Amino acid sequence: MSVETRITRRFAALKEEGRSGLITFVTAGDPDYDTAAEILNGLAEAGADLIELGMPFSDPMADGPAIQVSSQRALRAGQTLKKTLKMVRDYRARDADTPIILMGYYNPIYIYGVDEFLSDAVEAGVDGLIMVDLPPEEESELCLPAIEAGVNFIYLTAPTTTEKRLPRVLENASGFVYYVSITGITGTRSATSADIRPHVDRIRAHTDLPIAVGFGITTPDQAADIAGIADAAVVGSAVVKVITDNLDENGRAKPGLAGKVHDFVRSLADGVRGA
Amino acid sequence: MGKLNTYRAGADEGGHFGIFGGRFVAETLMPLILEVEQAYARYKDDPEFLDELNYYLKHYVGRPSPLYFAQRLTEHLGGAKIYMKRDELNHTGAHKINSTMGQILLAKRMGKPRIIAETGAGQHGVATATVCALFGLQCVVYMGETDVKRQSPNVFRMKLLGAEVVPVTSGTGTLKDAMNEALRDWVANVDNTYYLIGTVAGPHPYPTMVRDFQCVIGNEVREQLHEAEGRLPDSLVACIGGGSNAMGLFHPFLDDDSVKIIGVEAAGHGLETGEHCASLTGGRPGVLHGNRTYLLQTDDGQIKDGHSISAGLDYPGIGPEHSWLHETGRVDYVSVTDKEALDAFQLCTRLEGIIPALEPSHAVAHVEKIAPDLPTDHLLVMNMCGRGDKDVFAVAEHLGVEL
Repeated sequence: MSVETRITRRFAALKEEGRSGLITFVTAGDPDYDTAAEILNGLAEAGADLIELGMPFSDPMADGPAIQVSSQRALRAGQTLKKTLKMVRDYRARDADTPIILMGYYNPIYIYGVDEFLSDAVEAGVDGLIMVDLPPEEESELCLPAIEAGVNFIYLTAPTTTEKRLPRVLENASGFVYYVSITGITGTRSATSADIRPHVDRIRAHTDLPIAVGFGITTPDQAADIAGIADAAVVGSAVVKVITDNLDENGRAKPGLAGKVHDFVRSLADGVRGA
Repeated sequence: MGKLNTYRAGADEGGHFGIFGGRFVAETLMPLILEVEQAYARYKDDPEFLDELNYYLKHYVGRPSPLYFAQRLTEHLGGAKIYMKRDELNHTGAHKINSTMGQILLAKRMGKPRIIAETGAGQHGVATATVCALFGLQCVVYMGETDVKRQSPNVFRMKLLGAEVVPVTSGTGTLKDAMNEALRDWVANVDNTYYLIGTVAGPHPYPTMVRDFQCVIGNEVREQLHEAEGRLPDSLVACIGGGSNAMGLFHPFLDDDSVKIIGVEAAGHGLETGEHCASLTGGRPGVLHGNRTYLLQTDDGQIKDGHSISAGLDYPGIGPEHSWLHETGRVDYVSVTDKEALDAFQLCTRLEGIIPALEPSHAVAHVEKIAPDLPTDHLLVMNMCGRGDKDVFAVAEHLGVEL
């Protein structure tokens, strides 16, 4: 089942180093294509071990206000799935190693065409997919074709995922498992590491895949806490907020925006590496 | 596609009607949706549940609603014999309460003290707030801020009934965003909350469950028309936003080959303008709000806003079973513009003394188009699914009348 990708290699390398990883999320095309590319280009150097790149969608049902407005900014600036794939392709010319995972909702991919999307994604250098609205019940849509194409399909598990259901969710999981640490939408509240630890242990009893924890991790200290119990910490809304905070009154990027994002990512990375 | 043995067997185990339907939801919600599915499977044929539901439908909602022969409209159009199914006479003034009553009795059995709902025109919000008041449950209704403005009487009714109405500003502030916001609420309040969806859309089992509760409409029509005319109708006409009133009327007749069935979508300013809500005529299949169905969307798969004079039809999607009935060809889907609906609203009011909601005014408008060419022994039943009191302010504005 397990396909070797940059994701599996990166987690193996982290294990070798004896530390947990940092995964950062940004929306492709937010606040505009060029600024987003500049942000993307500096994330690895700032300390992101893996990169989640959001595919903006008009109706992001599982996301909180921060990522909602981020998606809207990107769409208003003209981002499309084609451009997101181009962004990955351009990035790959500079960095052959940092895993890139596309995260989002199914409809834009469905409209693009699953086979065409997978072939373009592989060609661009995409390593994995996180699909918010494709539970295992809908695995024939994209999960199974993705595995066939050599792309990791990363499943989300939640506090509501029962012990009985967990094996079903993990059945076709690859790359890593993403534990959603709260019942809620992105960036709205946080769970304590004491809440999270038993869930991570529970998942670990069912799988050898690395476990990443996300939703509600906003500070370097929280990232460090998570790094102490999981294989990676995912930070999304807090990174996107740095973008929101560095826009002028017309919603355009202020000079130095990308640098501000990178500074914040560096502080998160320091937290994770110090754990 | 060849003829099927039955059009009434869906959804399958995975919630599919052909390629449509399904369960496209976040993992956090998946266990809840399975819980609703199990609870519905357990109670839908339970005699005690059905007794309680029928008791409230009869004594509280006022069912059966009359099947009324619209004599003056029939004479005016000079063709088909037109019957109106008077679901606007239900308590709260629309068909929505058929399903909110069924779902609230289910939610009670599931032990959920908090109910959330989305609403467009406000009819579903009012129907939900009403049954929550009746059973003493907490009620939160999400409503796009655009709709909050154009449906102020219903907003006030919901508040009087004790509901909290949350204006939704995210996205474009319309019904689809209200549904997004309700789903976000549900994800954050998984333990105590039941999401009471207002139409035959959303993840499985909602399209099937809401349809089943609305089938009381068609089942009554079958019986009432048999009593009045001794036979089946020749055609059925109903308006469609998400499509719950239409599905309730249509479904019991799907296997009666002789019955022609027509769904009427909202063409807004006209299909050619792009400003409409005709998902089947002007959209294509996609995935939103937990199911695959026809959607108004861009070439990049971004959902477009619909437009209709009627807030209740203003949704860029349609129930997945309608998408399937469209593709199998069993039901014909047509569309009617804002202007045609507005004209029909006035005609029906003046001829029959019935002020229809703007939603069924679309159905009346289509009846106006087809009835004159049909023989006088052609029995046509249209669903008068809501009354127009809520719309009088909006209609006055469109007619340039200052109140």
